[in-house]
Amino acid sequence: MATRLKSVDAVVIGVGWAGSIMATELAKAGLKVVGLERGRYRGQEEFTLPGIHDELKYNRRLELFEDLSRSTITCRNNTGEVARPMRRHGPFPWGEGLGGAGFHWAGWTWRHSPWSFEMRTRTIERYGERAIPTDATIQDWPMTYDELESSYDKFEYAIGLSGKAGNINGEIQPGGNPFEGPRSREFPNPPLKKSYGMAIFEEATRSLGYHPFPTPAAQTSQPYTNPDGVGMGQCIYCGYCMNTGCEVAAKATPQTTVLPAALQTGNLEIRTHAAVTRINTSGGRATGVTYVDGRGREIEQPADIVLLTGFTWSNTQLLLVSGIGKPYDPATGTGNVGKNFSWHGAMPYIPLYYDDGHVFNPFVGAGALGMCISDLEGDNFDHTGLGFIGGIFMAYFQLGAGPMMFQPTPPGTPGWGSEWKQAVAHYYNRTLQVVAFHDHLSYRGNYMDLDPNYTDIYGNPLLRLTYDIGTNEIRMSDYMVGVGHEVARAMKPSRYAVYGLPKRFDAGANYFVIHQVGGAMAGTTPENSVVNKYMQSWDVPNLFVVGASAFPQITAYNPTGTVGALSYFSADAIINQYLKDPGPLVS
Amino acid sequence: MMDRRRFLTILSSTVAALGSANVLAVHKVAALGTMQKAYTFFTGAESAFIEAAVARIIPADDLGPGALEADVPYFIDQQLTGDYGAGARFYNQGPFGATTPYQGYQLPLSPRDLYRVGMAATDRYCRETYGKDFAKLEPAQQDEVLQGLQGVVLEDVPGATFFSQLLTDAKDGFFADPAYGGNKDMVGWKLVGFPGVPAEYTELIERHNEPYDVEPVDLGGMQHAGLQHDHLHAVHRPAAVPRRTTAPPSRPVDPEEPYDWKSGPRFSV
Repeated sequence: MATRLKSVDAVVIGVGWAGSIMATELAKAGLKVVGLERGRYRGQEEFTLPGIHDELKYNRRLELFEDLSRSTITCRNNTGEVARPMRRHGPFPWGEGLGGAGFHWAGWTWRHSPWSFEMRTRTIERYGERAIPTDATIQDWPMTYDELESSYDKFEYAIGLSGKAGNINGEIQPGGNPFEGPRSREFPNPPLKKSYGMAIFEEATRSLGYHPFPTPAAQTSQPYTNPDGVGMGQCIYCGYCMNTGCEVAAKATPQTTVLPAALQTGNLEIRTHAAVTRINTSGGRATGVTYVDGRGREIEQPADIVLLTGFTWSNTQLLLVSGIGKPYDPATGTGNVGKNFSWHGAMPYIPLYYDDGHVFNPFVGAGALGMCISDLEGDNFDHTGLGFIGGIFMAYFQLGAGPMMFQPTPPGTPGWGSEWKQAVAHYYNRTLQVVAFHDHLSYRGNYMDLDPNYTDIYGNPLLRLTYDIGTNEIRMSDYMVGVGHEVARAMKPSRYAVYGLPKRFDAGANYFVIHQVGGAMAGTTPENSVVNKYMQSWDVPNLFVVGASAFPQITAYNPTGTVGALSYFSADAIINQYLKDPGPLVS
Repeated sequence: MMDRRRFLTILSSTVAALGSANVLAVHKVAALGTMQKAYTFFTGAESAFIEAAVARIIPADDLGPGALEADVPYFIDQQLTGDYGAGARFYNQGPFGATTPYQGYQLPLSPRDLYRVGMAATDRYCRETYGKDFAKLEPAQQDEVLQGLQGVVLEDVPGATFFSQLLTDAKDGFFADPAYGGNKDMVGWKLVGFPGVPAEYTELIERHNEPYDVEPVDLGGMQHAGLQHDHLHAVHRPAAVPRRTTAPPSRPVDPEEPYDWKSGPRFSV
């Protein structure tokens, strides 16, 4: 029998970026909020030197990632196979604990392009209906870029983003991304410094007619105080960034940027080791949640508003086990919960090997330090006759690479023995990596549902992922490999390789790109989506499902910037519209 | 009863009397002054196997010490003794059953059990084929066996799975912080020119194409020097011996060869 606690105004499930932003905005507006985090507490005080400069602990044993003995997902490439659990982290380890992915992330913080919000409509307008593969289920977002602009701006100023605007109110700015949507103002902080590898990529891509610019980075290039009065440090390019915490509070995390303001209000209580197992509903409304606490007790926390703000897996799994919304059925195409899963890996991946006369000091870096081109992203180039839609952004990144993570050897080198050793010794400091991320359409056959065979430690069925790489993406890969060769030659290495997508998704591989989206997508009607433009459930109007689960499809750009924007957008709608009239915000 | 100080004195004078040629006695004295590493997981036969195997995976050669000299067997032993070896953070529940090649690790064996089964089966194979345990084979034969593991099934364990675990752990032990028992004297870091734990590179980042050739510092070096909160790169001293490397021979490359995503790259963004 669950212990029933006193009701609160709002309960937040999952305290990562989305949960922290939602909780903070509501707490600042005067609501009493409880944040439930199934993982452990993580604070800045834990992330001090020298202990956090430890590659084995953070990069290889994945200290900040989910303990899979408690819960995981199952995977299969198609519905004809039996899904098996992801027993060890492989292709995309996902975070755990306070701060969630916002703690282990590398900090590449993008806005989606205006095109991507209207991908389906604009593709049909320019190339006709036949340009979209028949099994693709891509759809437009329920809001435009312009509607989301001020929310992007709020997130970027909250986290002290470093970068250079390419478009301010429609005017193209030198040094920024000329393809981006208009911003209302410049970045809060100037770009990070430029490494040698970045200079090489910049010169090479410019010589080819592309438009290089510094990656928007969630590492502060100078000391910064955000609009809530929270202070951040200045990046020292230590190179221990991704997968770990930051000892100088320069990498933005929920703990160091957003949550301090909430805790100051006295309106937010965060409970860690609180694993939500059900969202409780009655008569079409959410009554609260049931969770298991760190002492194994089952607790019921009633609330007026429930905010489901976890990772794509958690959001989808909790909707399904709570019986909220209609599960997607790929055979009939009916139902929306679990539909439109998508994800992207690196494509192309281009290691470049230089010989004498070059050293790059790969141990120096910051998670989002890099130089990019967006000339080939979205619909920034003419796709007529190419056989695919969408594109890539390409970057040279210097995120800081110690020798456990980075053992570059040219193709053909044996995997071990003296020759391997000689190659690693020579190329550790003489190798650059160029990588691109790509748009990936959503497809009828790529989806999530509940696994019939496996459970988590709370007895809930694991989420089952059915996924394979799409035909559009394979064709794009063939084209982009050609572009990769062009960029690689212009960078003048002594050897290089260009790798496209694998033919099949492999749950045992190390793609290491943690951008899973969909399952609770946002749309214009209950027939085409799980939530409306304000992230409000169509079925349960006092439930808001916020996160990358709302994306109808993944774009090339890393999702966190858009997750942050959606969170501010949704919080504004709750505070300024929903609280005045607690019902459906879109009829 | 002999007190420890007196024992040390006697032992030291004995060593002095015998001279440095008495390696055994010198070894004992050194052991009293430092922590002696010991195997807590591997049996005697298993430690012989691991020592031989890692010495082939990362051999000692002109470039310097290999995995054996770097104490990588002790690193692996400690990892297997602990929660990693037990598979404590892996999903270990059944059912187990038929899988496709695209579903990752699906054996009901922890890393610890995988080693135990894999080593025993490899040794049995070596005895049947060569009449000796793996550790007793000639280096060229050992290379042949390790290569062969990648395509065989050792009783119930795919050889490739065992070999891939061994390969990963050997490389990890060569490059992990010495606090974990391998990478002795930071030989792995010195090999590639990795400066280790202290890392303040606000200026270095803009000094393009400039080598940073320093003596690395590890976690122990930071902690025992009282540098917990000191982040200055000033703790780095110039390298005693400048690093020199040469490019390995160019190998013919098959342009259609796909990338081995199982081996990385290991980035995440």
